[in-house]
Amino acid sequence: MSVAVAIEIKGLGKIYDTVNAVKNLSLTVAQGEIFGLLGPNGAGKSTTLRILITTLSPTSGTATIFGHDVVKEADTIRRLIGYVPQERAIDRFLTGREHLLLLADLYHLPKNEALTRIASLLKLVDLEEHADRVAKGYSGGMKRKLDIACGLLPNPKVLFLDEPTLGLDVQSRLNIWQYLRQLRQQGMTIVMTTNYLDEADQLCDRIAIIDRGEIRAIGSPKDLKASLGGDGVWLTLGDPHSPLVETLSTALKALPFVRAIRSAPQGLDIRVDAPEKALPAILDTTNRVGCRLDGIEYHRPRLDDVFVAHTGRSLKDQPPEPAT
Amino acid sequence: MNEQIQEVLALTNRWVKRLSREKFSMLFTLIQPMLFWLIFFGNLFQRAADVQIVQAPNYMSFLAAGVVVMTVLNNGLAGGVDLLFDKENGFLERLMATPIRRSSVIISRFLFVMAITAMQILVILGVAFLFGVSAETGILGIALILVIGMLFGVGLTAISMAMAFSVKSHGDFFSVLGFLSLPMIFLSSALVPLAAMPGWMKTLAFFNPMTWVIDAIRPLILSGWSQALPQVAIALGVLAIFDALCLYGGARAFKRSVG
Repeated sequence: MSVAVAIEIKGLGKIYDTVNAVKNLSLTVAQGEIFGLLGPNGAGKSTTLRILITTLSPTSGTATIFGHDVVKEADTIRRLIGYVPQERAIDRFLTGREHLLLLADLYHLPKNEALTRIASLLKLVDLEEHADRVAKGYSGGMKRKLDIACGLLPNPKVLFLDEPTLGLDVQSRLNIWQYLRQLRQQGMTIVMTTNYLDEADQLCDRIAIIDRGEIRAIGSPKDLKASLGGDGVWLTLGDPHSPLVETLSTALKALPFVRAIRSAPQGLDIRVDAPEKALPAILDTTNRVGCRLDGIEYHRPRLDDVFVAHTGRSLKDQPPEPAT
Repeated sequence: MNEQIQEVLALTNRWVKRLSREKFSMLFTLIQPMLFWLIFFGNLFQRAADVQIVQAPNYMSFLAAGVVVMTVLNNGLAGGVDLLFDKENGFLERLMATPIRRSSVIISRFLFVMAITAMQILVILGVAFLFGVSAETGILGIALILVIGMLFGVGLTAISMAMAFSVKSHGDFFSVLGFLSLPMIFLSSALVPLAAMPGWMKTLAFFNPMTWVIDAIRPLILSGWSQALPQVAIALGVLAIFDALCLYGGARAFKRSVG
């Protein structure tokens, strides 16, 4: 079964004054998937998103949503999409319901339809009780829920979210993931940026890893992890600089389950196929060669490993920066 | 067309709601000009001002036109502030991602600022009336004062919005605002007639559009139609040029900022 293309980006570029925020970016998003743009702050995720929601024009390249060009047919695009901004773009003097009523007018929804939709959205995001309170008193999670209700009001074909769970507590995050999964089930296409690995891993059907304005890898979290080549085994050696390490490395390479070996500061980083057989064999070999083993760690591939493999640094090391 | 009206009404309604929920701010916005300038300043300078120089029965009746135009100035120059905050917290981007006509946001702001300004002008003239100053040209004159005030306000609000869309931070915005506002007042005929100013100040005030606006409104209050009409005609000419420049600049800044 062929899946309809929701978004097609070709050779997209954006230059601000002197900064090349997005470089030659191309990707396709299928209808009905949750697509994640994963990267550190300042990687170009939000810039890409802004071009797609028509609030920023690209310096080069094109992007289409259901066949409509985001620059030439901006008005058509705006009728197809919903947007959940990164900042808490909430008017603290308006109530939750007033936000939705304002947007209903801006989308020219018929009055009756607007009222029914608003009631059902408030119910979906569990804000009914607080709908007539001024947003000044909302918690971070409540503001985010209101943001999402606002994004869903026009019943969009594509929903864009910029860091939907940034700074939220665990319970609110899980709730928001649950809404997004529900929406996907109803056939909505969802594009979101995130710099949380677990969010990309658990929620997204496919992700693009973006760093310094370029796509470094693209695929489902599962495929990306599999492409690393097997599970990881880290050996921490008593003396990682001993000449014995070389011998050990050669001996390990000869084992049938070992796919790759890389030396690491603390010892060796090994990729294996069948961990239940590989682990005893690795221990045996280390003993036989006579290397002192201080530790052994086994883990299934994580998205963080994918990120490190493609960008050379860990997403977890990123210092928090103000969003740009 | 109907759709745009719906958009403008919805957005204007938002400004009204915001103001109505900032009760203190609303109160001070309304009261400040008449209290500070008209009542304090007007009474304080009553004795100091020479009736021969101000060419008015008393200082307050001279000052009334100045206070009306100062209010237009302050409201106009601050007219873009809320858009600046909308830009900074992302609300503007949310609006721009909806299929509204780009101009609806701007028009709603003009409407709101003009409505507030008109109300304030009426309050000021009302307070002046309580102190014995009544417009020589009557209701029609007051209507004309409102029209002239609005025409000046449109240009000022456009400048303010242009700044809101262009500045990098709201610190810059308020610095420029503070820098513009007082010199505009002192270098105009708001407090003292041009004839009584030192030469260099007179020259600067001559090129201040505010002077011409005040000089049209003042005879509408003090003198009567025959003296006012020529001044009004000149002011309308000055305002046509002023508004054209401001609106052109504002439109450019808006286009650059939101496309």
